[in-house]
Amino acid sequence: MTAETIVVTSGKGGVGKTTTSASLATGLAIAGKKVAVIDFDVGLRNLDLIMGCERRVVYDFVNVVHDEATLKQALIKDKRHDNLYVLAASQTRDKDALTQEGVEKVLDGLSADGFDYIVCDSPAGIEKGAHLAMYFADHAVVVVNPEVSSVRDSDRILGLLASKTRRAERGEGAITQHLLLTRYNPTRVAAGEMLSVGDVEEILGIKVVGVIPESENVLAASNAGIPVILDPNSHAGQAYTDTVARILGEERPLRFVEAPKKGFFQRVFGS
Amino acid sequence: MMSILDFLRRKPEATASVAKERLRIIVSQERSTRGAPDYLPMMRNELLEVIKKYVNVDIDAININVERDSGHEVLELSVALPGGNATKTG
Repeated sequence: MTAETIVVTSGKGGVGKTTTSASLATGLAIAGKKVAVIDFDVGLRNLDLIMGCERRVVYDFVNVVHDEATLKQALIKDKRHDNLYVLAASQTRDKDALTQEGVEKVLDGLSADGFDYIVCDSPAGIEKGAHLAMYFADHAVVVVNPEVSSVRDSDRILGLLASKTRRAERGEGAITQHLLLTRYNPTRVAAGEMLSVGDVEEILGIKVVGVIPESENVLAASNAGIPVILDPNSHAGQAYTDTVARILGEERPLRFVEAPKKGFFQRVFGS
Repeated sequence: MMSILDFLRRKPEATASVAKERLRIIVSQERSTRGAPDYLPMMRNELLEVIKKYVNVDIDAININVERDSGHEVLELSVALPGGNATKTG
């Protein structure tokens, strides 16, 4: 049984890749899967902070690639879920420290260890690190914000996913592309200030797998080092739960995409 | 129902439709030239200069498309000519 590899990518930086990787990996673990989440952003380690395991990093991804540590030594077991592991990025090496053969070795090692899913948190950009993060993927989650530069970049990334992956090169069938719209503000959409879900789907020619509303809970979660999917009271957390279920094949309607109705006082006195 | 404060408050412009239209154009243009040779934009500009000697067209009127068939590539060039008598006379 080989592990399913999912790359979380976007092209543009700051759209929510690491937030998404952390919540996706945690959600898959909650669903009972054995999951490893790997930070491919060599030089700029961040996933460990969002997962809340930054003080437990001893060995990293690059150490395993260069045989300076075993996978067992480098995998950090999540405090909350026994079947969830984090592989941190190196802070001291540069992006050339990763090689295609090295990455393949690590992914094969995880497969052999019985992992069901490997989530690859891609760095921004379309250079080596991003290329390696997507190269071995079976599925891709393309994170996009309802904003012009992010939409344009994600179209570039969708093009690369269709041509520059091992599956594409070997003719093994296209990788599954999931579009995830994050930082969505239904009130601004209703006011015509922000691209809507439908606009983004129409421009990119692909349906969304989820819409994560802009939420103050995302910052609170990253402050605390707890993936936002674990905050059941937040709309963002609930939207991530829905998204993970859809990636696992379940059908769920989109939530939190309509502007909240104003109450009587708000209508009279303004918001 | 519009509240009194809404009426007094200056609303930001509804710019999403502008964003959508700009993206629609640039994304379709970038898709059509994706993976194409990188001399295309320069060639497009030079073609424009030549065409402009005869007809007054804008750079957006020139559309270059590279299509791959089995084994060979086809460079498709279309120029939308302006309506009416727009031919330059020198």
